[in-house]
Amino acid sequence: MSSQTDALLQVADAHVAYGKVEAVRAVNLEVRDGEIVTIIGANGAGKTTLLNAAMGIFPLKGSVRFAGKEISKLDIEDRVAAGLSLVPEHRELFATMNVEDNLLLGAFRIDKATAARSFEHVYTLFPRLKERRKQLAGTLSGGEQQMLAMGRALMGAPKLLMLDEPSLGLAPIIVADIFRIVGELKAAGVAVLLVEQNAQAALKIADRAYVMELGEFVLDGKASDIASNQRVVASYLGFQHESDSGI
Amino acid sequence: MNTTILLFLLQDGITNGAIYALLGLALVLVFAVTRVILIPQGEFITFGALTYASLSAGQMPGTIKLAVAMGIVAFAFDLFTFRRALHAKRVLRSVAVNIIVPLAIWGVMLALSGRPANIAVNITLSLLIVAAIGLYLYRIAYQPIAHTSVLVLLIASVGCHLALQGFGLVFFGAEGQRGPAISSDAITIGALRFTGQSIAVYGITIALIVGLWLFFGYTLYGKALRATAVNRLGARLAGIRTTLSGQIAFLLASVIGAISGILIVPITTLYYDTGFLIGLKGFVAAIIGGLVSYPLTAAAAILVGCVEAFSSFYASNYKEVIVFTLILPVLVLRSLAAPAVEEEKD
Amino acid sequence: MTSRLLPVFVFATLMAVIPFVPGVPPFWIVLLDNIGLAALVAMGLVLLTGVGGLTSFGQAAFCGFGAYTTAVLTTTYGLSPWLTLPLSLLVAGAAAVLLGLITMRLSGHYLPLGTIAWGISLFYLFGKLEFLGRNDGISGIPPLSIGSWKMLDPGSIYFPIWIAVIACAVLSMNLLDSRTGRAIRALRRGHVAAEAFGVQTARAKLLVFIYAAVLAGLSGWLYAHFQRAANPTPFGPHLGIEYLFIAVVGGAGYVWGGVLGAAVVIILKEVLQSYLPLIFGGSGQLETIVFGILLVALLQLAPTGMWPWLTALLPQGDSRRRPAPADALPTRAESAPADGVLLQVENARKQFGGVVAVNNVSFAVKSREIVALIGPNGAGKSTTFNLITGVLQATAGSVTVRGESVSGAPPQEVVKLGVARTFQHVKLVPDMTVLENVALGAHLRGRAGAIASMLRLDRADEARLLAEAARQIERVGLGDQMNQLAGSLSLGQQRIVEIARALCVDPMLLLLDEPAAGLRHMEKQQLAALLRQLREGGMSVLLVEHDMGFVMNLADRIVVLDFGTKIAEGTPAEIKTNADVIKAYLGAAA
Repeated sequence: MSSQTDALLQVADAHVAYGKVEAVRAVNLEVRDGEIVTIIGANGAGKTTLLNAAMGIFPLKGSVRFAGKEISKLDIEDRVAAGLSLVPEHRELFATMNVEDNLLLGAFRIDKATAARSFEHVYTLFPRLKERRKQLAGTLSGGEQQMLAMGRALMGAPKLLMLDEPSLGLAPIIVADIFRIVGELKAAGVAVLLVEQNAQAALKIADRAYVMELGEFVLDGKASDIASNQRVVASYLGFQHESDSGI
Repeated sequence: MNTTILLFLLQDGITNGAIYALLGLALVLVFAVTRVILIPQGEFITFGALTYASLSAGQMPGTIKLAVAMGIVAFAFDLFTFRRALHAKRVLRSVAVNIIVPLAIWGVMLALSGRPANIAVNITLSLLIVAAIGLYLYRIAYQPIAHTSVLVLLIASVGCHLALQGFGLVFFGAEGQRGPAISSDAITIGALRFTGQSIAVYGITIALIVGLWLFFGYTLYGKALRATAVNRLGARLAGIRTTLSGQIAFLLASVIGAISGILIVPITTLYYDTGFLIGLKGFVAAIIGGLVSYPLTAAAAILVGCVEAFSSFYASNYKEVIVFTLILPVLVLRSLAAPAVEEEKD
Repeated sequence: MTSRLLPVFVFATLMAVIPFVPGVPPFWIVLLDNIGLAALVAMGLVLLTGVGGLTSFGQAAFCGFGAYTTAVLTTTYGLSPWLTLPLSLLVAGAAAVLLGLITMRLSGHYLPLGTIAWGISLFYLFGKLEFLGRNDGISGIPPLSIGSWKMLDPGSIYFPIWIAVIACAVLSMNLLDSRTGRAIRALRRGHVAAEAFGVQTARAKLLVFIYAAVLAGLSGWLYAHFQRAANPTPFGPHLGIEYLFIAVVGGAGYVWGGVLGAAVVIILKEVLQSYLPLIFGGSGQLETIVFGILLVALLQLAPTGMWPWLTALLPQGDSRRRPAPADALPTRAESAPADGVLLQVENARKQFGGVVAVNNVSFAVKSREIVALIGPNGAGKSTTFNLITGVLQATAGSVTVRGESVSGAPPQEVVKLGVARTFQHVKLVPDMTVLENVALGAHLRGRAGAIASMLRLDRADEARLLAEAARQIERVGLGDQMNQLAGSLSLGQQRIVEIARALCVDPMLLLLDEPAAGLRHMEKQQLAALLRQLREGGMSVLLVEHDMGFVMNLADRIVVLDFGTKIAEGTPAEIKTNADVIKAYLGAAA
C-alpha cells in the first residue's frame, strides 16, 4: 500500500468492537484529495461500521487523521465542522421538514455566504430537489430521498463525502443517476469514500478500491486492477455479470 | 346554573388553562428534542414563583446559591468531558456560562438588596436564576445519559424532581407564599371582572406561543431544534450539536416554568411542592396533545383548566380524580384514531 | 433443572436462616420485610416493563387494591385474612383487566403517561372514598395467623413475605422460559412480527399486565397485614415511580434484578434517613435531596441496572447446549391443492389518503411454484405483502388463500392458513437466542398456556417446539449459531434466521421480502438451493427481490409492479425482453 503523509483521510490500525465481537480489525485506509475510493465487500463485512466509526458514531480504537489533524477523539459535530461528511445508510433525513429546510440545516456549521453558494451547487447537481423544495422530505421517493441526503451532506461544503450504500433499495435506473452524480462530485473537487455492495458500479467510477471481508481489508489497489482480480470477480462480480448479461 | 357562575368558572378555567398551556408546550418541546419527560418542570414553577416572592419580600432566595453550586458542578462535568482535548476557548466558554453568569446574577442581587423592590427587576432576576438552574440541570443530570432510553431518562427526571423539591423545602420552608401582582388594575365587562393579573396571564401566554411559533418556523436555531426532535443522528451529521439543542430546550422550558410560576403566585398561595401538581396538569394537556402537537396541547390545556374549574365547583372532593381521569378517554381515542403502523426504525 | 434452580435454593436457604442467626437486629428484619414487599411489585414490573416493554407508573395503585380489599373485608365484614388473599388478588387482577383494556392498547409513550394519570386519580380516589376511610384509611386489620400463632411481629410475617417473593420469582422465571414467555418477550420489538406468527399481542399485553398487577396486589395484601393498617399514602404516584425506579436500578430485564433493586433502594433510603441528620444536623428534607442525586448518579454509572453488571462478574456456563430430541410436531393436515391455485390476489387496491400504493393488482401463486415480485422502490411490493398477510386491509379487491378469503382477517388468522413471511427490515428480538427467535415461529403449533408454563407443566410441549426450531435452524445452515443472541449475527444471517422462523410455521406459502439482500455470492446460491428444495417438498414461495440475477435464475414466474400497477407478468425469459419492464425498471442501459 502506498502511504503518503498528505492523505486527506488516513485511518491507521483501526479496531471497532460491538461488545465482544470485533467488527473491524486492524484496518488501514487512506483517501487523498479529489479521489474516489470505494470499499466493497459482502454485507456484514464491517464496511458500514468502519464508516460510522470514522464519523464518530461508534468509538474506534486506532488513529483517524483528517486534513492533517487527529480527529478520533472528536464528536461527530466537530468532524462535520472539520469538513468530513457522511451520508448514512438510512439517510436520516428530517422527514417532517421540507426539502429546503433539510438542506438549510446541512449548512448549520458554515457561514451564510458559503451556504448560499452551496444551495446553488446542490440545486445544480439535483434539479429534482429544487422542483420539490417545499415538499416534506418524508414524502419523497426513495431516489429523491437519497439525493436529498447527499445534498444535505454537500451543503456543509465538505472536503470528503462518505457515502454508505447509496444504491440500497433503489431501482437500477436511479442507481445509474446517483453514480453519475458521484462522478460529477469528483470534478467539483470533493473527495468521495464510497461503501457499496454493488461492486460492479462502484469499481467503474472509483480510482482506488479496498476489499473488505469479515472486518479486515484483504485487498487494495487501483479500481481497474481490483475489477479484474480473479478472486474479486469470483466472489463479488460474478453474479452481477450474470445479471447484466442476462438483461 | 346561572350565566354569571358559568362565565366566572369559564374565566377561571381559561386563566388556569393558559398557564397549563405554557407548561404543556414546554413539556412537549423538551420531550421532542431530548426525549426527557420533564417532571422537574414543577420545580421550575415553584422556584420561579417563590424566588420572585422572596425577592419582593426583600429576602435573598436560596435558589441563587443553588444556581452557583450547580454551575460549579456543571463546570466540573465540562472539564471532565474536555479532559482529552483541553482547549482554552472551550474552557473559557464553560467558565463564562457556568461560573461567571451565576456569580454575576448573585452580585447584582447583593448590590440591589436593601433597595425598594422593583417588580420588573425582581421578575428578571427570578427568570435568570431559574434559567441558569435549568441549563445546569440539563448539563449535570441529562447530558451524560442523553443516549439512553426514554425510561431511564424518565427515572432520572424523578431523581431531579425529588432533589429539587427537597431544595425547595430547605430554601423556602413549609410555609406558603404569595407574590405581588404584576398589575393591580382591573376592568369590569358586564358581570365579569378581569383583573390586571388575569389579563397579563392571557397576554403573556399568547405572546409566548406566538414567539415559539416564530422561533421554530423561521429561525435557524428553531429549525435545528426541530431537526434534533425529528432525527437526532441526522441532526448530528448536519453538525447540530445535540447538547446545544438540549440546552436551548431546557433554557426555554425553565424560563416558561418560571414565568408560569410568577404569573400564578399573585393569584394562589404556592408551597414548595405545589409546582409538581401544577406541572402534572400541564402534563395532562401535553399528553392529550400527544407530546407532539403544540396547538392541540394548548387547546387541551384550556380544556383541562375548564374541567378543573367546573369540577371544583360541582364536585370539589373529586377535582383531581376528574382531571387526571380525563386523560384516559382522550388517550384511548388517540390510540384508536392513530394508525397502528409500526415504525420501521427502532 | 437443578442447575437452574440451585441458586434459588441457596438463596432461599440463606433467607430462611437469617432470622435465626443470633444477634441479627430486629430492625434488619423489618428492612428485609420491606425489601420483600417492594421486590414483589418490582418483579411484576420487570416482566411488564423490562421484558414486555410496557412501562407502568401505576403499580402502587394495584398494591392499594390488594391492601384495601383485605382491609375492608377483614375489618368491616370480619373475614379471615387467608380468605381475603384470593379476593385481594382477584380485585387487583380485575382492576388490571379494566385499566388494561383501556391503557394497554396505547402505543409508544402514551402508555407510561396513561399509567401516571390513572395512578394519580386512583390515589386521590382512595383518599376520598368514605368506605375506605378517606385520608385516614383503615386501621385495626387483623394479623395473619396459623392456628393460634399470630404473625404480629416483623419476624413472623417475614416468612410469608419471603416465601411469596421466592415462589413468585420461580414462577416468573418459568413463565419467561416458555412459549408464552417468548410471546411476551417479542412484544418489546413491536407487534407486527409477533402477530405474523399468530401471537395475540393484545391478549399477551393484557396477560402480563394482569400478572404484574396480581404481584402488586399480593404485596399490598401482605403490607396490610404487616402494618395492620392501610391509608392512601403508600399507594400514591411517588411510590409508583419508586417501584419503577427499583426495577430499573436492579436491572429491568431480569427477574432477580427486581429483588436486588428493592434491596439497594430500601437500604439506601434507610441509611440516608438515619445517618444524614447525624452528619448535617437536623434539617428534614436532606434525604430526599441526596436520594434524588444518588438516583441520577446511579443511572449515569449503570443505566442497564445492577443485576447484569453483577452477573457479568460470575463465570458463565457453557451455552452451547442443543435442545434434546423430541417427538416431531404434527404437520399440517391439509395438503396443497395439486396443481391448484394457492394464493389468488384479485384487483387488490390500497390507498393511503390520496396516494394509491397498490392499484388493482391481480396475480396468483400456484402450488409448488416460486413467484417473484419485482419493481422499483415504492412500487408497492411490500404493501402487497402486507395486504396478503393481513397487516394492512385492502381498500378494495380480494385476497384468497386456498380458496378462502382473507379480506379483513388479521395476521394471526392468515398465518393459520399456512402463510408465513419474513420482513424487509429484520424483526428479530436481538437479546433472544436464535433458537428462541425461531421457536416463536412455531407458536401456533404449541398449546401450553401461561399457567401451565409457570408450573412447568409445559415441558413436553416445549421440547417439541424447541426441537422443531432446532431442526429448521439446521436446515437453513445456521446450526452453529443456534445459541447465539440474534442481535450478534450479521444482517444477512439474521435474514436467514427469519426464514427459519417462517419455516417453523409449517407453511404452504412462504413470503420472503428481499431475502438475498446482504448475502454474498455463495450464500445466495445456497439460499436459492434451499428455496428450490422447499419447492420440491411441496411449498410455494412468493418473493420480493432486487438482485435480478438471483430472481431470473430462481423464479418460475415474475410479476412486475411499477407505481402500484402491474405492468407485466411472465417467465423470466419473457420479462427480460418485455419493453415496458425495460423502460420502467431495468433502465435504458440494457
